[in-house]
Amino acid sequence: MSLKIHQDHARFRQIVKGRVRQELRKFISKGEMLGREGGKTVSIPVPQVDIPRFRFGDRQMGGVGQGEGEPGDPLSQSDGQDGAGEAGDQEGAHVLEIDVTIEELAEILGEELSLPHLEDKGKERIVSTRDRFVGIKNVGPESLRHFKRTYRQALRRQIAAGTYNPERPIIIPVREDKRYRSWRTEELRESNAVIVYMMDVSGSMGEEQKEIVRIESFWIDAWLTTQYKGLDTRFIIHDAVAREVDRDTFFHTRESGGTMISSAYKLCHEILERDYPVSDWNIYTFHFSDGDNWSADDTKQSLEVLEEKLLPVSNMFGYGQVHSPYGSGQFIRDVRGRFGDTDKVITSEIADRDGIMDSIKDFLGKGK
Amino acid sequence: MPGHWRRWAGGLPRYLREIQAEIEVYAKGFGLDYFTTYFEIVNYDEMNEIASYGGFPTRYPHWRYGMEYERLKKSSTYGLSKIYELVINNDPCTAYLLEGNSLVDQKLVMAHVFAHCDFFKNNAFFGHTNRRMIDEMANHGSRIRGYMDKYGTERVENFIDVCLSLDNLIDLHNPPGAFFLARKENRSEEDDKMLGPGDVPRLRAKAYMDKYINPPAFLEQQRKAIEAESTKAQKFPVEPTRDVLGFLMEHAPLKSWERGVMEIIREESYYFAPQGQTKIMNEGWATFWHSKIMTEKALDASEIVDYADHNSMVTATSGKRLNPYKLGVELYRHILERWNKGQFGKEWDECDDMKTREKWDKAAGLGMKKLFEVRKIHNDITFIDEFFTYDFVREQKLFAFGYNPHHRRYEIESRQFNEVKQKLLAQITNVGQPIIRLSDANHENRGDLLLEHQHDGVDLDPAYARETLKNLYSVWKRPCGILTKGENKPLIAKFDGHTYKEEPISEDQAPKQEKRDKKR
Repeated sequence: MSLKIHQDHARFRQIVKGRVRQELRKFISKGEMLGREGGKTVSIPVPQVDIPRFRFGDRQMGGVGQGEGEPGDPLSQSDGQDGAGEAGDQEGAHVLEIDVTIEELAEILGEELSLPHLEDKGKERIVSTRDRFVGIKNVGPESLRHFKRTYRQALRRQIAAGTYNPERPIIIPVREDKRYRSWRTEELRESNAVIVYMMDVSGSMGEEQKEIVRIESFWIDAWLTTQYKGLDTRFIIHDAVAREVDRDTFFHTRESGGTMISSAYKLCHEILERDYPVSDWNIYTFHFSDGDNWSADDTKQSLEVLEEKLLPVSNMFGYGQVHSPYGSGQFIRDVRGRFGDTDKVITSEIADRDGIMDSIKDFLGKGK
Repeated sequence: MPGHWRRWAGGLPRYLREIQAEIEVYAKGFGLDYFTTYFEIVNYDEMNEIASYGGFPTRYPHWRYGMEYERLKKSSTYGLSKIYELVINNDPCTAYLLEGNSLVDQKLVMAHVFAHCDFFKNNAFFGHTNRRMIDEMANHGSRIRGYMDKYGTERVENFIDVCLSLDNLIDLHNPPGAFFLARKENRSEEDDKMLGPGDVPRLRAKAYMDKYINPPAFLEQQRKAIEAESTKAQKFPVEPTRDVLGFLMEHAPLKSWERGVMEIIREESYYFAPQGQTKIMNEGWATFWHSKIMTEKALDASEIVDYADHNSMVTATSGKRLNPYKLGVELYRHILERWNKGQFGKEWDECDDMKTREKWDKAAGLGMKKLFEVRKIHNDITFIDEFFTYDFVREQKLFAFGYNPHHRRYEIESRQFNEVKQKLLAQITNVGQPIIRLSDANHENRGDLLLEHQHDGVDLDPAYARETLKNLYSVWKRPCGILTKGENKPLIAKFDGHTYKEEPISEDQAPKQEKRDKKR
């Protein structure tokens, strides 16, 4: 049953989405919503869309309660937050959580950053076919005869021929009047993509740096999800050695040890070779690090693997360098030095959380 | 669409009709006097929808109902809240029952509903409300939809937002159509007669005595007094008014559809006001009666445990929060006991021997009579003011709390009777809203609008005040300001169409505070 409230609800959601759009930059850099990912939707805390009225400020009001306790005893956080004239302890207590689908979010992101839709890589497979009625033909099986069109045709002919009598409005269709529904067979194509995230978990990548990577990867996921039918994500962490982990471990591993970037690139190549044939998959590889590699030797090796193994199969390779107080940040210069004029390699420096939006634009703005 | 008309179609299933008939016998037996009541069964989703619309599914469309629906839907999905019933102040009264309530719940809810309905019908503060509100709301709905079709959804919706932003600026104690308290907003004609222009009244005297009895100095003084009076008379409005919406409807430069929208918002605001004014009483009354009817009449032995469980949920105090159901029902019971035992009157008041008071029982048996009287003539403020007693505050473990800025937390401040009572009264005064009057619609002689906030110790929320003034500006189309205080300093907050300013003003410009009786 369609309830009347659904109109008002839709209108409300429209307003809220407007809010999210306005404050997208803030939402992104806060990353608050990401703790609550669940399935296909994300809960976003938006400040209650309130109708302003003259009302009392929160603090001075106080009130009356019921229960045990002596004067001077504190009320617990939740007490006294409801009811007349009372309110929370902190600002912004009136928060409304809105479920927004990832698609909607990505759409907002895409519009805000004016991201181009991705180029068709021609890596589509036909997965099924489907028939659809699309028009009208003069011939066809009787079972598909379009009654209304046929009638109209017959009426038109009779009027033109002068055989139509309004007193006795009898319409008799002849062979030429008959109209039939016609169909077209459509091929459903599907294109798939895989994203491989690699992250440096050496000692110099702290909590904040990892949080930035987490937020950024969330948005990259969200955007690519809307561009491809199926999206796989794989995660590789590396210090001196690389290993594949699940999403949770990826974002929560404690940092340790040195850095051998080449190890990650090699592992990435192995995974791609094994699971994602380049003919069927759009491949995206991202690497986040603070840019502090172990040795110039390893850097040289990394770049070689990148050039020979990863780039030929990838749609793009993104290197994001997160600013850290410890890292030298050398690696980004090495990458730029070698691939400066290659379209497929995109580098981005992320100074802090506020830089996330721009970095996303760097990566996805070229429509690779 | 779930609507009140569905009752004509199917109505209640038979077993519920039987329960209704049974409960009605009990309710009438106890003397409850209510409108004919129709029950409807609705499912969760419909209940949430109806509740979002404040009980009126045919209301005008607006996004805030959608917001409320989102909130209700979520909290009911996660089991944080459940609406068992909803009852509409209308004649005939319509009440919604939740499909899937257990049988004992439905009994409880019906008893609860009849008491609410009795309250709607008999309480003086509901006297002015439109008892055909379901129809009226539907009319409002079609009017607003008509405006939307004609002038654009967004435009109308924006104006509704503006009106809602001002919808607490009504005169609670002087609603249109109320029989009580017809307050004189305008000066009487007699006053005007006495103070005719240019006509300085002289004291009566024989001609030769006139220059002694009416010396020039005296006449001058009289003339000045008249002048002062006549400038006062030129003030617009003559006396400050609390019905700001009503004033704007008459005097703001509105298009006719805007006036129509404002009229609707104002009418609905007045309609809902008594429910805010009698929250404690109304819920207490319903709780009092459902527990009486259930425990004394309607309960089957097998239902006792479930009933007790559900009843205790209704009257539970969560944390240390005040529960209006609980406070109300306990206060009614307190009154019942006092009047049954004759614990009132001069003799009782003057007795200060604790032992005598404790054993005081004159078997007066006036409790029930008193209760029905109380439900007829009181609202929450007078209810608390009149019947709060030392014993009650102590037994109910009530306390006053406030924010302690040093510890950055809310703390219990006091358990003293006077302080608890004062705090509670302050909390429910004007339904918890600041008292604001429109004092000058020609401020600084250039058509600016000036409001005055009667500051009783609590500041306005500045962010909200700013946005509200902007909305007010969009109606009045001239600068709008409000006199108030911030951190105990008088100030005027003003929006002139471009900028918002808060400026301190001197004490003598500040609105005069009404003297309040501190000794209650």
